[in-house]
Amino acid sequence: MATVTAGAPRAALPGPLRHRAVGKLLLLALAAAVLVPFAAARWGSGGWPAALTVDLSAPLGRASDWIIDNRDGHPLFLYFLGHVSNAVVVSVRAVYLVLLGAGWAGVTALGALVAWRVAGVRLALGTAAAFLACGVLGMWVPTMQTLALMVVAVAASVAVGALLGLAAGLSGRMDRLLRPVLDTMQVLPAFAYLLPVVLVFGIGVPAAVLATVVYAAPPMARLTALGLRGADPEVLEAVESLGTTARQRLLTARLPLARKELLLGLNQTIMMALSMAVIASVIGAGGLGDRVYQALASVDVGAALAAGIPIVLLAVVLDRVTGAAGRRLGTAGSSPAGWLYALAAAVAVAVAGRLLGRLDWPGTWVADIAAPVNRAVGWTTAHLHSGVPYVGGTADWAAGFTAWVLDPLRDGLQGLPWWSLLLAVAALAWLIGTWRTALTATLALAATGVLGVWKPSLDTLSQVLAAVAVTLVTGLAIGVAAARSDRCERLLRPVLDVLQTMPQFVYLIPVVALFGVGRAPAVAAAVVYALPAVVRITAQGLREVDPAALESARSLGATGGQQLRQIQLPLARPALLLAVNQGVVLVLAVVIIGGLVGGGALGYDVVYGLAQGDLATGLVAGAAIVCLGLVLDRVTQPTGRRAGKGA
Amino acid sequence: MRLRTIAASGALLLLTGCGAADMTRQASPFADARGAKTVTLSVQSWVGAQADAAVAEYLLEHELGYHVDTVQVDEVPAWDALSQGRVDAIMEDWGHPEQERRYVEEKKTIVRGGELGVTGHIGWFVPTYFAKRHPDVTDWKNLDKYAGLLRTAESGGKGQLLDGSPSYVTHDKALVKNLKLDYKVVFAGSEAAQITQIKQFAREKKPFLTYWYAPQWLFEKVPMTEVRLPPYREGCDADPDKVACGYPHTPLQKYLNADFARSGGEAARFLKNFRWTTEDQNEVALMIAEEKLPPREAAKKWVDSHPSVWKEWLP
Repeated sequence: MATVTAGAPRAALPGPLRHRAVGKLLLLALAAAVLVPFAAARWGSGGWPAALTVDLSAPLGRASDWIIDNRDGHPLFLYFLGHVSNAVVVSVRAVYLVLLGAGWAGVTALGALVAWRVAGVRLALGTAAAFLACGVLGMWVPTMQTLALMVVAVAASVAVGALLGLAAGLSGRMDRLLRPVLDTMQVLPAFAYLLPVVLVFGIGVPAAVLATVVYAAPPMARLTALGLRGADPEVLEAVESLGTTARQRLLTARLPLARKELLLGLNQTIMMALSMAVIASVIGAGGLGDRVYQALASVDVGAALAAGIPIVLLAVVLDRVTGAAGRRLGTAGSSPAGWLYALAAAVAVAVAGRLLGRLDWPGTWVADIAAPVNRAVGWTTAHLHSGVPYVGGTADWAAGFTAWVLDPLRDGLQGLPWWSLLLAVAALAWLIGTWRTALTATLALAATGVLGVWKPSLDTLSQVLAAVAVTLVTGLAIGVAAARSDRCERLLRPVLDVLQTMPQFVYLIPVVALFGVGRAPAVAAAVVYALPAVVRITAQGLREVDPAALESARSLGATGGQQLRQIQLPLARPALLLAVNQGVVLVLAVVIIGGLVGGGALGYDVVYGLAQGDLATGLVAGAAIVCLGLVLDRVTQPTGRRAGKGA
Repeated sequence: MRLRTIAASGALLLLTGCGAADMTRQASPFADARGAKTVTLSVQSWVGAQADAAVAEYLLEHELGYHVDTVQVDEVPAWDALSQGRVDAIMEDWGHPEQERRYVEEKKTIVRGGELGVTGHIGWFVPTYFAKRHPDVTDWKNLDKYAGLLRTAESGGKGQLLDGSPSYVTHDKALVKNLKLDYKVVFAGSEAAQITQIKQFAREKKPFLTYWYAPQWLFEKVPMTEVRLPPYREGCDADPDKVACGYPHTPLQKYLNADFARSGGEAARFLKNFRWTTEDQNEVALMIAEEKLPPREAAKKWVDSHPSVWKEWLP
């Protein structure tokens, strides 16, 4: 089972732990010795036995027909879902009209002044520059459409997330109930659940907003609950002794104490909502995402980039501003007068713009970056594709990687008896976690078999494992370099920012031009996407190693390499494990999108389901992806991990 | 406090309309901004459809004073969106009998908008430089002979038949099986990926076999020759698992939302009249896809040089 362990390299276990590990393995071996002969005799030892699958296509097909036939008449749609959809349309429209009414000058001024109040002058200038750049790229109106959609989606996510978080933070039972749900949402690739949302709400903005809320609300809920639960008990006791009611305690003590977590939750929610902006364009979100998607269709990387850059800029600006606001909390109380001045200034600029008749971005102020970008990409892909002296071209690498890594891995996984894979997953998850995580992981893997997609699931799994291996090797190397040199880290930071926020659709086409159609480009795209998080977590983990330990090692005459191997890496083990876990989750998300470039397997099924409106194929594949996500997360999840997604 | 206001305003919004809210009567929130009359067109992902939409958009905006929104949607979901009124028209449909029965005949939420004037054809193609060297490859019976040349990393020992987006009409898996060919269908997953791969093959003059369709601008860049499949006969593709014949020639159709067709005024009449030829469409598509002109400019160029064609469409 070297193939599976490759996904989760583990440092040597300390003594007592190893003892427990042996015990766990023995117990598992005992259970296996009893169950496996029985199972193998009854259902055979090949792929997943047909007797244990459930065919859901007929009921799902009927459900899909029912929805389509009743969408415009059934009370459930008329009196509930219709209103939800209506509310979304009305609010997005309201925000959009306000943004258009303020004109480009007004919006830029408002953004800059808000950034100035909460985060200082430098970020205010950055915000203004970012907005102006969106206009120069010729993307003003799409940017406003995306912004309107984001404002509504983020507000709804924050509301939903905060309510759930409050419930989980105040009641232990709710917490136990919600935690597994939130855990699952955390590993759920967005692509997997677009289809049911579309079926109910139809193509368009309401479906896009709701899909975004489902994706972006969990971090808010998780962090709200965390903040409420983590409040200092002594402070709470002191407040309680003052004879306050539970409501007063919540409003005056617990919520204010949790505001750091609340702001971090807002930050995470905004980032995840933005990352959905492009994926949601597949179901008609409009705005920037739609421009990226349309450019993709005409194989126009330059145009896709022109629409992708505003997304990156928005993401970076919002991340920095909310981050700075979080750090400033409690240091200097912002005066209401300052806010008033800022607001007045923004209104003045907007009115001035209106009076001058300059609401729309002037057409002459647009720079065309598409043509030069396309030339550069064309030149690069033409020259790297094949026939590079000594190292061969990227196409040869891709063919080699497919033939020597992906094929053996996939065939190996698919050739193993089904029960041995279940056992391997159980053993891995149990060793690294608890019997609970092991049970979840095993059941989740079994579920892919029951759903009848055992083979495609293992195909996807093989791609994930290969991509994770590449990501970890590269990510650790870069992370170590970044941790050891400040200069290197400063250079890397903007690159990582861009890679982390750039919509994946933008680099799907260059990746195909370099690696051809197939599983190799899917793996390459996944590596590009997951690398920044892995590098960040590794570098941060290494940097946080206790300086005293390093100092003493240095005084003993340890060389740089020795320090790294013997002190830094072992001490940073929790961070490294977290990097593995994050890497796995992120890689899975993109390997699924790889269905668009020939990745096949579950990703293709989801794309097919969306394209053909085929609920049976799409939903089963989506469910299998969720199961795979659970397996991968639980197998790499050390006990006691609690951290937000996306580093 | 802010949380509560947000929650309260959310609840208020939900309760504003207490009556029924029909989702099929909800337009896009971006439509009709600043009092313009808006038409929403569905653009499918291939460039031919983009050309249709670009020219229609240009004329609607400049000749008839409408504002046009375009949404990119896959084919089957586009029918859904059309029936719900999220889009007003599909400019180019390659034949979806099941959806036609459901929406046009049973629910009557969609009406036919007449022919586009372009005839579409799907088939298997090899690059012309390969067909010249091996003339007999253009008959499906000889394909097995070349399977070795068409092998790739993804096709695992067999020849590779490159297929495109899952949204397109295809029987290729069944065809390969029923014609007992030594080929494997490799799905590129999107047309963009398929085109990129074809161009990359063509740059190195490598042989390939691909699912493709005409009219398509790529033929101008990478000349391709069709492989003759067993001829199409009416009904030979009735059972998707037993198909053993090629693809038909389909006159492409336009479809309009029923309400829009009734009350869409000049825009609806214009879209019904819209009818051009394969050459016209290719001219615009090539400008968009190869010269990388923005669709709007490509449409302007064509409109400026072909006034006699589009003057007849105006109501």
